[in-house]
Amino acid sequence: MEMVVCVKQVPDASEVRVDPATNNLMREGVPSIMNPFDRHAIEAALRLREAVGGRITALSMGPPQAEEVLREAIALGVDEAVLVCDRAFAGSDTLATSYTLALAIRKLGAVDLVLCGQQSIDGETAQVGPELAEHLGFAQCSYVRALGKPAEGALEVERAAEDGYERVRLLLPAVLTVMKELNEPRLPSLKGMLRAKKAELRIWTAADLGADPSRIGQAGSPTRVAGVFAPQRGKKAQLLTGSVVEQVQALVERLQAERVI
Amino acid sequence: MLNYFLTEEQEMIRDLARRLAEEKVAPVARELDEKEEFPHEIMRLCAEADLFGVWIPEEYGGLGGGVLEQVLVVEELSRACAGVATTYAASALGGYPILLFGSEEQKKRYLPDLAAGRRLAAFALTEAGAGSDAGSIRTRAVREGDYYVLNGTKQWITNGGEADLYVVIAVTDPEKGSRGVSAFIVEKGTPGFSFGAKEKKMGIRASTTRELIFADCRVPRENLLGKEGMGFLVAMRTLDRTRPGVGAQAVGIAQGALDAAVRYARERRQFDQPIISFQAIQHKLADMAIQVEAARALVYAVARAIDAGAKEFSKESAMAKVFASDVAMRVTVEAVQILGGNGYSREYPVEKMMRDAKVTQIYEGTNEIQRNIIAQALAKEYAKTE
Repeated sequence: MEMVVCVKQVPDASEVRVDPATNNLMREGVPSIMNPFDRHAIEAALRLREAVGGRITALSMGPPQAEEVLREAIALGVDEAVLVCDRAFAGSDTLATSYTLALAIRKLGAVDLVLCGQQSIDGETAQVGPELAEHLGFAQCSYVRALGKPAEGALEVERAAEDGYERVRLLLPAVLTVMKELNEPRLPSLKGMLRAKKAELRIWTAADLGADPSRIGQAGSPTRVAGVFAPQRGKKAQLLTGSVVEQVQALVERLQAERVI
Repeated sequence: MLNYFLTEEQEMIRDLARRLAEEKVAPVARELDEKEEFPHEIMRLCAEADLFGVWIPEEYGGLGGGVLEQVLVVEELSRACAGVATTYAASALGGYPILLFGSEEQKKRYLPDLAAGRRLAAFALTEAGAGSDAGSIRTRAVREGDYYVLNGTKQWITNGGEADLYVVIAVTDPEKGSRGVSAFIVEKGTPGFSFGAKEKKMGIRASTTRELIFADCRVPRENLLGKEGMGFLVAMRTLDRTRPGVGAQAVGIAQGALDAAVRYARERRQFDQPIISFQAIQHKLADMAIQVEAARALVYAVARAIDAGAKEFSKESAMAKVFASDVAMRVTVEAVQILGGNGYSREYPVEKMMRDAKVTQIYEGTNEIQRNIIAQALAKEYAKTE
């Protein structure tokens, strides 16, 4: 089975601070990590390869230093890695990003399965995976929490929906976005890390992909961020006192008064 | 921690071992200790991470490191759980005799499996009546055609019952004393080879310690390690190389206790201030840190000397083991004291560290025996200069 795992380098959220004056994220000196959800996508691909064989390519779009997360993917066991990297991609929103990644996946040739984390921890849109499927014309399933074994060109998965779980059978090729509960990612191996250090990554530019200049980077991104702000902190919290029974009664009365229940 | 200018690869090994220890070992250390449970899952993770192969040459499937690489892994695992570290290290203790004295065929047959962690090894020297006095071994190996027939009982064998390969020291010629013992590779499942009672221990309780029982156990002749009569040499050369590992275990335990004590002293408030602001606590912590760093420096220096090809290192190897284990004992006792009532409670990790530390003064040659080795070497060295 030919698999592609999309990975993204993101700032370590646990280290990010918000500038109290401007409300902007302060990214200086913040270490970069692999988007945590993507580790689960890699683990899913590794387990599928263990079960049915095949090849895994890790794919990332980003600046040259995004190479680090691709090497990490190789250390974990993926077969090869491609970095899509060009100044022309700067300022891409999810539409331009998914367009660009789709071109790279097409360039890789026949692919059966594309795996993505459910979302990135910096952008948090959860759009790139589904958009990728649309560009590629693949079947798709988001928020995958359990995975079957592929057979006869199809794959059964379980996804989390708003009000329960859905069991879905997809015809391959397909794009999946996976949740953390899907699996527990492994640690890299020493031999994998040595291999990762020496591995040659493929680096593809906009020209290599034959990208339409009007669909990539800033030009290809209809999204405009009008402003970023932290919500005002209100001090409306009220403490209910008394016994548990009294507190619950008071809460129910309030909620009924507000027509919440 | 002082910068020891490790190579990039050594740093990689240390960092991965640390990650495994923090993410996978620390969360279950308490449970493994209380249930006295063998850490199968963690050994599987160590295997997956290639940690079993750090000291094994590349031609046998390892990473081509040496004693220092092994020391780095043991230290990191010990910071989280010394029982887990013992289990890991005991496999190298069983594997080193094969690397040092095995024939090409034996090395090819066994080392790749040990490197990959597919099989665990163990080393069997101690008996009920032969502890420090290793010369009084009773287990017999009698040659019968293409086999040696083993009879006897080994005691206190780490990884007993769990390991797949055992290097067993047995008497082949009772007339010759310490020159009449030989080393054999015995595979689990060999008829006549069984396991006795599991020890109930004070510490390192995740590590399994068990009797090995040989009753007319027929071991193929090709499983003799080295030549007949070399058993004592096999044991001594092996232990010379693995003692820095016990030192590393002690350093890891002591570092873990220091980490816990500093963290606690910064958080715990009495008389309206964190207790780390009291000089009584500060000086304790400083003394602990001094000892830990000195122990680490000695362990690393000896490991590096061995890896660089030093010819004689029994004395220094013994020094590293004695010094570091005495440090681990003192530092863990102090850590319990700093944590006070909480230190004595099983809610906090330091009481376990104190129990775990004790064994490092006892096993792989008691500290008293190590001091004998050191003193004998001194007497020999000075006799030469006169």
